[in-house]
Amino acid sequence: MPRFQFPKSIQSRPVYGTLTARAGTSHLMLADAEGADALVDLAASATELMARAHVIYIPKATGATYTERLRALKPAQLYVGPSLDAALPRLRKALADAHMGLQIYLAGTEGLIGQAMQEAIAAGYPASAIQTEHRGSVARRVQCVHCKGITEDVETTPFVCSHCGLNLFVRDHYSRRLAAFQGVRVDAEDPGEVPVSEGLYQ
Amino acid sequence: MTIQFNDETFYDDFTFRNSERAIRRFPFPFHEDSYMYSVNLEPHLSLRPGSVYEKTFDVDEHYVSEMRDRARVLSDDPLRCQSLPHMTLAGWDLLELIMVEKAKDYPDLFELHRAGDRWHWINKPLGIEQKFTFLDETTLPCGPMEYITRQAQGDFALLDHRDDNLWMDAGMVTTQADWSLDFDIGMNFYEWHAPVPKAHELGVFQRALKFLLNLQQGAPVRRLNWTMTVNPLLDTSPENYHKWGVQKTSVTSENVGSKYHLRVELQTLFRLPRSNALAFPIRCYLIRLEDLVTVPKWGRRLHRVLRDLPEELATYKGFIRNRPMIVGYLSQFDDGAETSPGIWPD
Repeated sequence: MPRFQFPKSIQSRPVYGTLTARAGTSHLMLADAEGADALVDLAASATELMARAHVIYIPKATGATYTERLRALKPAQLYVGPSLDAALPRLRKALADAHMGLQIYLAGTEGLIGQAMQEAIAAGYPASAIQTEHRGSVARRVQCVHCKGITEDVETTPFVCSHCGLNLFVRDHYSRRLAAFQGVRVDAEDPGEVPVSEGLYQ
Repeated sequence: MTIQFNDETFYDDFTFRNSERAIRRFPFPFHEDSYMYSVNLEPHLSLRPGSVYEKTFDVDEHYVSEMRDRARVLSDDPLRCQSLPHMTLAGWDLLELIMVEKAKDYPDLFELHRAGDRWHWINKPLGIEQKFTFLDETTLPCGPMEYITRQAQGDFALLDHRDDNLWMDAGMVTTQADWSLDFDIGMNFYEWHAPVPKAHELGVFQRALKFLLNLQQGAPVRRLNWTMTVNPLLDTSPENYHKWGVQKTSVTSENVGSKYHLRVELQTLFRLPRSNALAFPIRCYLIRLEDLVTVPKWGRRLHRVLRDLPEELATYKGFIRNRPMIVGYLSQFDDGAETSPGIWPD
């Protein structure tokens, strides 16, 4: 699957790189859906990494497509979970138990990368120990600025807030603290005049 | 008391009014007939007796009503006041700065008596008297930043200084020009300014940050920013935009002079002594267009500035849809005469 090239944007918007093997005492790898491909590529470039790797993987809509490929990498620990929420207690334990020299690798959707980054930073890891690579869907995690509810996997703008039902347009303004983009009512000045929804990045 | 405080509202029936004196001392932000972003920082030194630049923290006829409006907004949405855990010391720094300066500049309104860390604060306009122990949070009804900014006009941000950047890690924000503290808290200087068009390309933020990182204690600076607001609404927050945005459609060529307000922010920046953070007060002043044009130079100049403003800026500042009406109204007060340099009335 070709990697998506994000257009140039404003400075609060995160930018993503390419995962590269780093020297470390242990390696925590978190991915969702097509993000598994990035871990496969990473492992191919440095096979010795996986013997000290803890992989947490959320397949989302990809089902069983990637799980066997990840298992074949022979990571020290592999967890395949139904959702990021379900995996959070495990992630937090892994972050709390880790020793100096842990390297963190995040791959997949922006929602996953952002929330895992939030957890790692809250646990005290410097941003310099965390690498990210975007793969798969360009859907966004969006906070409604009005009701504060977060809608996951938003693919269009405007969209309907899953909490308060307002029609929101999706800004590029991004909060790392919330791991979310900002959604603002699109028809605030002309109630009822909602533009036709477009896919993000069309 | 020397100041007669208005009893007025900034929502619903909008009874806010500026007296003749308040109009004359309005911080008109344009020193020439055109506008573009610039760093425009200058020392926050006392200037012109009676002007908004005379005192460290200007207290005016709107003080009591603005504080009532802040309490109302906070009661509706407590997330307008937030402080990340490491910012409490900066909150004490801010409390000290405001109390000391207000007591010094307005001795008939505010008193501060200090015996070691035992402090006694008297705020006469708001009828508040508080004895507390400095740096002991348990002796105040709420955190120090919230306590003092419920008694000070304008929004306040506290900026932590680390990693060669400034981080907006605390704030009291109820009179903002459409930005969300709850969303922006924790962002660095470039991130929270990210949505501003053009200024990044002009290098404005790089230069401003460099300057501010070197800000010294006792040498505060100031600048003005501006936008346009329909009705004298202090709380033009994104949180409530779905409620106030529609007011922009209530403007007609008949009421544009009374509905539209020039909104000016007097922004000041202070280095704080214990936390090494920066205090960033953002004080909002509103003036309706029909009051503003009573100063002929301002009427002429505002017409020219708004008429010639790049479309991108008019869009960002949120008045693009009504610009033709505003410019049409102001053109009546522009006879084409030359305007004198500087911001002051002739």
